[in-house]
Amino acid sequence: MIWLVLVTMAVMLAAALAVIGLRSYLAAVAAISVVSLALSVLFAILRAPDVALAEAAVGAGLSGVLLALTLRRVGLWTPAADDDGEDRP
Amino acid sequence: MTMDAEMLGKALYAGAVCLVLLGLYGMVVPRNLMRIVLGLVLLESGVNLFLVAAGFRADAAAPILTAPFTAQAAGPLVDPVPQALVLTAIVIGVGVLALGLALVVRVKEAYGTLDTHAVANRMARETGADPAVTAAGARTPGALPVAAGRTAEDAP
Amino acid sequence: MKGNARAFASALFLIGLGLMLVTLFEALPFGGAPMQVGQAIAGRALEDTGATNIVSAVLLAYRGLDTLGEVAILFVAATAAGLVLGGAGRAEAQGTPAGFILRAAAALLFPFLLVLGAYIVIHGHLTPGGGFQGGAILAAAFFVPLLAHPASPVNHGVATVVEAFAGAVFVVIGLAGLVGGGAFLVPLLGAGTPGDLFSAGSLPLLYLAIGLKVGSELAGLMARIAAAGDPARQGGKA
Repeated sequence: MIWLVLVTMAVMLAAALAVIGLRSYLAAVAAISVVSLALSVLFAILRAPDVALAEAAVGAGLSGVLLALTLRRVGLWTPAADDDGEDRP
Repeated sequence: MTMDAEMLGKALYAGAVCLVLLGLYGMVVPRNLMRIVLGLVLLESGVNLFLVAAGFRADAAAPILTAPFTAQAAGPLVDPVPQALVLTAIVIGVGVLALGLALVVRVKEAYGTLDTHAVANRMARETGADPAVTAAGARTPGALPVAAGRTAEDAP
Repeated sequence: MKGNARAFASALFLIGLGLMLVTLFEALPFGGAPMQVGQAIAGRALEDTGATNIVSAVLLAYRGLDTLGEVAILFVAATAAGLVLGGAGRAEAQGTPAGFILRAAAALLFPFLLVLGAYIVIHGHLTPGGGFQGGAILAAAFFVPLLAHPASPVNHGVATVVEAFAGAVFVVIGLAGLVGGGAFLVPLLGAGTPGDLFSAGSLPLLYLAIGLKVGSELAGLMARIAAAGDPARQGGKA
């Protein structure tokens, strides 16, 4: 069980880093869905089936759809570019 | 087994801390409103993971009663209160996310950009606000991007 | 230069916060939760409510008022999002037609998603799931066809009526608890036989109301964000 937790945690943290690091917004939204999915697996391992179901349906499903729809609306729906997203501080 | 549980706890808490820090970084450093929203979602996930991990008991079952349907037969159960709390938090989180995204869409339509500094500059020009304050908010190196984001979100 | 200064300050802040959190969590026990309330509730939830899913019992019976507040927050967020997007209409329409796979899958998925969502809502007091999870799935069921046919008009009127009616049902069930001299939202109709579909008194009714309300709210929210700035779709808005 501990190995399952560690592997899931690694996937989750790698996806979280990708959310911060990837320049493409479409990829970042996909990565945040991966974070939610890994999180729901962790909830299931922690014996919280209700929370796991909610995270999978709401976090991985609806939030991803909402974010993707917004990307399309604000014109960031492209695999590579970010128009005014100069992330450099 | 206790060794395992101890490692499990450390790993889970470490993961929650990492998610919270990554989410905060995503909210503080980038200047794009969309990035700030993504950081908010990460931060929320970290807090949820911590709350569920805090209610975990190594020797207990999930809080769903099965066949004999008595609390005695079920034995020890995982604490249901943090789970109910996190369920609430997840659903409220999607509401907050939707409101934030609606504001992002509106800012993009009104100003044509999602860059917090550019939005703050244009707001200052259009409203004729105190130029010293807004210029400082837009150009000074130490300016907090979060504060700039707030002003941008207040746009009509 | 100035970018470096800001990144440095942010990094300093994050490191400090990380150290603080690690110190806090070091002192926190793991695996043996020190909370007493949860164990007390787990021991008596079945006698009190008749629900075998104790998280549902906590959510609807012990913390019912919180759940009413949560539903109210979701309602306010959905209304505010609709209000913010309401005046939108300057951006160009993006009626991109969906591909064949999406159109075929949407027609195929709709009944299955509907049944799954209804099952999860109705069995919320027995098995994992409930009004919030099932409501989200119901919203997805109604949104997938919209994604496949972006040109179809959205009828926000029906969703608004369902949402208002479900919210009123929740409050009425809560007020009915006051009639018998009990508290607001006290479980009614007796506990029944644990494990039966018709058990746990008024809890399944509350979850049904929550499921309909959450489902219609989230579906309306997604339709609004999808249609924002698209003049062709603004007509159907309630």
